[in-house]
Amino acid sequence: MSLLHLEDVWKTYIMGETELHALRGVTLSVEAGEFTAVMGASGSGKSTLMNLLGCLDRPTRGRYLLQGEDVSSLPPDALAAIRNRTIGFVFQNFNLLPRTTALENVELPLLYAGLHGAERHARAREALGRVGLTDWAHHHPNQLSGGQQQRVAIARALVNRPHLLLADEPTGNLDSRTSAEVMALLQELGRGGITVVLVTHEADIAEYSSRVIVMRDGQVRSDVRRTARRAEPEAPAGEQHADAAGGSAP
Amino acid sequence: MTLLQVLRVALRALGRNKMRSFLTALGIVIGVSAVIAMVAIGDGAKARVQQAFETMGSNMLVVLPGSTTSGGAMGGFGSLPTLTWEDLSAIQTQLSAVRYAAPYLRTSSSVVSEDTNWSTSVAGTSPDYFAVRSWPAARGALFTVSDVEGSTKVILLGQTVAERLFGQGVDPVGQQVRVRNVPFQVVGVLAAKGQSPVGQDFDDVVFVPYTTFSAKIQGGLKNLLAGTIFVGATGPQTTALAESQVRSLLRDRHRLAEKADDDFSIRNLAETASAAEEGARTLTTLLAAIAAVSLLVGGIGIMNIMLVSVTERTREIGVRMAVGARGRDILLQFLAEALALAVAGGIVGVTSGLLVAWRLAMTFGWPVLYRLEVIFVAVAFSGLVGIAFGLYPARRASRLDPIQALRFE
Repeated sequence: MSLLHLEDVWKTYIMGETELHALRGVTLSVEAGEFTAVMGASGSGKSTLMNLLGCLDRPTRGRYLLQGEDVSSLPPDALAAIRNRTIGFVFQNFNLLPRTTALENVELPLLYAGLHGAERHARAREALGRVGLTDWAHHHPNQLSGGQQQRVAIARALVNRPHLLLADEPTGNLDSRTSAEVMALLQELGRGGITVVLVTHEADIAEYSSRVIVMRDGQVRSDVRRTARRAEPEAPAGEQHADAAGGSAP
Repeated sequence: MTLLQVLRVALRALGRNKMRSFLTALGIVIGVSAVIAMVAIGDGAKARVQQAFETMGSNMLVVLPGSTTSGGAMGGFGSLPTLTWEDLSAIQTQLSAVRYAAPYLRTSSSVVSEDTNWSTSVAGTSPDYFAVRSWPAARGALFTVSDVEGSTKVILLGQTVAERLFGQGVDPVGQQVRVRNVPFQVVGVLAAKGQSPVGQDFDDVVFVPYTTFSAKIQGGLKNLLAGTIFVGATGPQTTALAESQVRSLLRDRHRLAEKADDDFSIRNLAETASAAEEGARTLTTLLAAIAAVSLLVGGIGIMNIMLVSVTERTREIGVRMAVGARGRDILLQFLAEALALAVAGGIVGVTSGLLVAWRLAMTFGWPVLYRLEVIFVAVAFSGLVGIAFGLYPARRASRLDPIQALRFE
């Protein structure tokens, strides 16, 4: 059984009189443990696809099976529960809560999972440890570099032990060196058994994945499995001083 | 999420914008303290009115004789003596709702002690009068029924008169004073009664038995009672009944035709008192209503800030939803923020309202009345304001589309 399986999925937005088909019959499966990159130009439907995979949105037509369960027509609260337990999100602009410590940011999913104080702190610390930021637990996002912020965001995505990690342009706001660090971290998580799906428009980032899906006009144009290039961070993740944030890769 | 967790998240969010939270709560602080202070002021005024009427006498009716009519001009009640001594004894003995009835004859005269003199009211009455007005002697004793029967020359001094004639702190009991050249022996000094609501000094008066008054000070017509009758009802509930009993008895005795006007009038102090209290209560309500408007304005302030906050934190809401917050969690969080602002404002407002009320009471010299239920209602109401005005922004937040919210710049 695939971890996720889309079957003739359509997503249609109605803009006044006209209908906009963001997805036109996408069928694909992702196996557990795969490291998949979704590429495509803007407007190709890759963001819509990610939103559907992340249970932030529901398809207009077709079926979406997540761990064998049809989630295409679940009510919002059930989708929220799936986002909480099964899926972790990493965003291009990190989306950490401002004026909130790294630890509290990481605790956020656990709060909605109903975990109490001590256990929540312990698990959040453990997740921060996995991304090498134990010493930064009590720093606010504006005291962290872009790479560190993204690693806090990854810790937040991991903390509830999801099966699926969705990363939307995770390196889009990072310079190339920090990007390599983040990709190394994601690859490491992939080797640890988490299924990773990332969206990117950068070919060199896509090279780090074992499968590349190219979208165009709401449809899958190509779907290639190949050997991933291994990300080699120039320095081990964790103990670096603050890198310049926001410098986007060429 | 447990409610405690919701509350902690809300408090943390408020703590991130301390100044804004403080100013928002300030609206509620002002509203609640205005309500508390206004109600306390109104209650103080009411208590003052009550006090004033209590010093005048409780369950008391005053029967005034009728009016003269000369050439079509009414002379006003009291200008023609229409009450008789037999009316008095009939009121005393025949009516079930009446406990006391006392004549009250009065004139002005100067009262002379050994060293000095003082011009004051001289009244003739019976011991019942002091019962009706619940007016005890502070020194010595009241004169008695046998003093009345024997027309003895005894006199009771009001507090003011005693001070004027004998000086403060001196016990005049046993001393002699002269009224219109008649020597009287002082048997007692009445307790201080203070002022009437219009500022008349109740203590500037002396009392002698009414028999002595008629015989020695101001002779009257033999059968007519040249004054008023003070009537004490058996209780607060029977005052109105006593009034109607006295009225029908007097109409009967005066043989008034069915359509004829009364040739006397009855003042019901209980009615006057309750009218005055009613006035004070209306004042309280009015003040509280005005204050409640400011509480409402405070609530609108909360709503305004919460709406700003929801817009500002759209991304945060999106993130929370993405990591598993349900609409309900978001709703509760924003509601808890509004509620925390309002209740904190309410508690501070109660404190400052009580301080303001206390300060005003000190200034104007009326009793400070803290009504526990007002405090509860004010805090509960501010909580209600928080929920009512927080609900709309919170609903808006909880209904955001997570995708839109995450993209919000």
